[in-house]
Amino acid sequence: MSALLPDGLLMLMVVVAWLNDTIFGVKSRHTTYLISVVSAIVVGVWFAFQALDPTPHYYFTRMYVVDPFASAMKAVVTLGFAVSIIYSRKYLEDRDLFRGDFFLLGLFSLLGQCVMISGNNFLTLYLGLELMSLSLYAVIALRKDSPQANESAMKYYVLGALASGFLLYGISMLYGATGSLELNEVAKAIATGRINDAVLLFGVIFVVAGVAFKMGAVPFHMWVPDVYQGAPTAMTLLTGGGPKAAAFAWGLRFLVMALLPLAVDWQEMLVILAALSLIVGNVTGIVQKNIKRMLAYSAISNMGFVLLGMLAGVVDGKADGAANAYSSAMFYSIIYLLTTLGTFGVVMLLARKDFEAETLDDFKGLNQRSPVFAFVMMIMMFSLAGIPPMVGFYAKLAVLEATMNAGLTWLAVLAVLSSLVGAFYYLRIVKLMYFDAPTDASPIVADNLKRALLAFNGLAVLVLGIVPGPLMNACLAAITHTLPFQL
Amino acid sequence: MHSLPILSLAIWLPIIVGILVLAIGNDSNPGPSRWLALIGSILGLIVTIPLITGFDNASAALQFEEKAVWIDRFNISYHLGVDGLSMWFVVLTALITVITIISAWEVITVRVAQYLAAFLILSGLMIGVFSTADGMLFYVFFEATLIPMYIIIGVWGGANRVYAAFKFFLYTLMGSLLMLIALLYLYTQTHTFDIATWHALKIGFTPQILLFIAFFLAFAVKVPMWPVHTWLPDAHVEAPTGGSVVLAAIMLKLGAYGFIRFSLPIAPDASHFLAPVVITLSLIAVIYIGFVALVQEDMKKLVAYSSIAHMGFVTLGFFIFSTLGMEGAIIQMISHGFVSGAMFLCIGVLYDRMHSRRIADYGGVVNVMPKFAAFAMLFAMANCGLPGTSGFVGEFMVILAAVKFNFWIGFLATFTLVLGAAYTLWMYKRVHFGAVANEHVAKLKDINKREFFMLAVLAVFTLYMGLYPKPFTDVMHASVENLLSHVAQSKLPLAQ
Repeated sequence: MSALLPDGLLMLMVVVAWLNDTIFGVKSRHTTYLISVVSAIVVGVWFAFQALDPTPHYYFTRMYVVDPFASAMKAVVTLGFAVSIIYSRKYLEDRDLFRGDFFLLGLFSLLGQCVMISGNNFLTLYLGLELMSLSLYAVIALRKDSPQANESAMKYYVLGALASGFLLYGISMLYGATGSLELNEVAKAIATGRINDAVLLFGVIFVVAGVAFKMGAVPFHMWVPDVYQGAPTAMTLLTGGGPKAAAFAWGLRFLVMALLPLAVDWQEMLVILAALSLIVGNVTGIVQKNIKRMLAYSAISNMGFVLLGMLAGVVDGKADGAANAYSSAMFYSIIYLLTTLGTFGVVMLLARKDFEAETLDDFKGLNQRSPVFAFVMMIMMFSLAGIPPMVGFYAKLAVLEATMNAGLTWLAVLAVLSSLVGAFYYLRIVKLMYFDAPTDASPIVADNLKRALLAFNGLAVLVLGIVPGPLMNACLAAITHTLPFQL
Repeated sequence: MHSLPILSLAIWLPIIVGILVLAIGNDSNPGPSRWLALIGSILGLIVTIPLITGFDNASAALQFEEKAVWIDRFNISYHLGVDGLSMWFVVLTALITVITIISAWEVITVRVAQYLAAFLILSGLMIGVFSTADGMLFYVFFEATLIPMYIIIGVWGGANRVYAAFKFFLYTLMGSLLMLIALLYLYTQTHTFDIATWHALKIGFTPQILLFIAFFLAFAVKVPMWPVHTWLPDAHVEAPTGGSVVLAAIMLKLGAYGFIRFSLPIAPDASHFLAPVVITLSLIAVIYIGFVALVQEDMKKLVAYSSIAHMGFVTLGFFIFSTLGMEGAIIQMISHGFVSGAMFLCIGVLYDRMHSRRIADYGGVVNVMPKFAAFAMLFAMANCGLPGTSGFVGEFMVILAAVKFNFWIGFLATFTLVLGAAYTLWMYKRVHFGAVANEHVAKLKDINKREFFMLAVLAVFTLYMGLYPKPFTDVMHASVENLLSHVAQSKLPLAQ
């Protein structure tokens, strides 16, 4: 059971945080915060070390798997969670949201993400998804006095429930057709070729719709801008950071572990989803005046890039390039998380009591108010725009290479042209920060931990851009040791 | 002594000094930043001297090579090296950087450290473009130059700087993104980003055409060629003096350099097939843009258009596929680096005093600034290609080659001599000669030692290159021959 220890520890710490908060009440909020941060860091590092073990371990009658891919992705989302709440601390304190329920719900959603990433059975995958989603719906609604937050929680909930319904429907089709819920068994059953194609395809369509909804790909993206904008920024980060990476890993489990023999079919669907996400995300982002809404469209277009990596695995029925393609998508989602953290970190930095730094104009003259954080934000923006030497460029490079390798040159051209359009709105942030004079002279307040971490975050994006090789290799190793590529 | 990684030093030294300048930057006391930046840029120039002294003229191979694995996942290596085509540009970049740092000395007073750091970092990146032998490394440097230039134009630029900065960035990004696709296509064919391997790759005709177009868009925007030149006048007009100098002297050459490093050797059949198109566009640049320059009322815009016309000569020289034309074009690139840089410095000198770039605001400057007028006269003459200045050598070689290639192309190309003289000298006449136009001009002070020094350095090089261009052509001869013999061979796969 040793490989389950970090997951177990995380669960234990959720309980500890909960007990601490209920027994000691208001006074102990700071302790709850510390428990959350420290346990997330410890567990995250543990996951990272676990990823070095190449053999998969199965638990609970093969419902839960600990393999390098799972461990690596869990390490990423867990550490991402720790960084998110460190960034959010002051923002929450200013709004009286620095409460036990925030951390508890956050930890539960983190636990849900770990289950999503490690699920080896349709039911586990579903369970993890619901644990994560329900916690997130609740955490967004935590700010009871804000109509926008409640509205977006409600939207997220209703649409999320619909997507869960789709997904369950698809799962039931697949179960009916193959007689199994375990991913590898489903794949084996499909590979025999004796299953009714119509039922399978029906199931695949619904599963793809569910995956696309959770990743926020067009045309299942409607919730993304509203949730990003309506939720308090700390909650936006909690929803738009780790869960995106978890959704990618979770989608990969469904599509590759269980449905790889049907790759030809779902890849075609992903091509459409990716192309639409790239176009809509990049073009619609231009007209946004609200930074969070703009970042939501940026998230949509970035998910389009992740989808490019996911759809380029199987070419002409051969899976030669699969490890390459899936690892590029994995690399992309990790880098995207790193950039999202930094971006929202700066957005929250500008907010203060009774003031949300939500419009683009709030970034005016940031270079004069705080050169360091303006520089961090500039690095993030150029990384999102895919300009070397920021690491975002290499993420795009890896994904585009996989796309070209799959013979989808037109899609690669579409991707670069739409990212040219997207570059405009990232550049506009740089313009506001550097070219314009500040309209708001209030000092920027942040605790030292956040300052250091944010500077480190910016540095990481730059340094990883100068030496991207090791992380790319790590992703490739994790994917090759984990996923089966026999068709 | 060649064990020293000279090219790495030339790239990283300015970048590291730039970061240091940024770190010690202090707006209330910019002195230390200035001196540190100056010392850094001079050191950056000194480390390039071994390139000149140690260069083997007889060899067409890469020299001063350095190679290390960079991203093994995609077989990308940190592979540096210069040959006769690129060596002078490394030195030129380092030299121009020193000049720009000096030109900013008293002129830039806001956010000095950031300004100087941007130029130092930009310098390292541009040297990187000229000295890499790996396609992806080239792309990384090529694209990364956009960031400091965007900041330079946007922060220290003129009234309409935001528009100019965006236009500059998005235009060049559009071209280079398609180049990225081309690079990835070549990678999927060869599984390496090594440029030399790509040179040897056999490619079918249609892919060659597509590759050529993708590269062409990237480089044509950068050069810039007509009709994708419109970003340049805006960028030049709005950029601060140093930005204009670097833009004209070095950045435009990145595009032209790309043609000889990628387009011609990788897609020779497509190059031959599409040469008439490129030649036509070049001639349009030379003649039409020459006329456009004639009617400009803004000095910077005039020189910007004259840059486009001169760069048209460069692309013309490349695509007539002869040694003379190619060498002439490269000479023209180097010469244009000195001359256009100096022209923008001259405009900067006037602008710092009068805060106007309009020709109509000046007149009779020679009466109050005789030393300055003498320098300006020299550079104006060089700009219109007077024998004895560097501007003459390149243009003459290209025209000669063009006449040999096709009389009418050569005939049309000679228009540059007429038009260049017309717009440059007419501007010179209106600004410098005549009676003192107004009291602002009457109060002008002649150039100080700092300005004298930076103009004098460029004047020396302009004259030296015009009177004795042999050291320059000697260096490139072997490489140009090698390139042309390469381009002359069809790379279509034999088996049809």
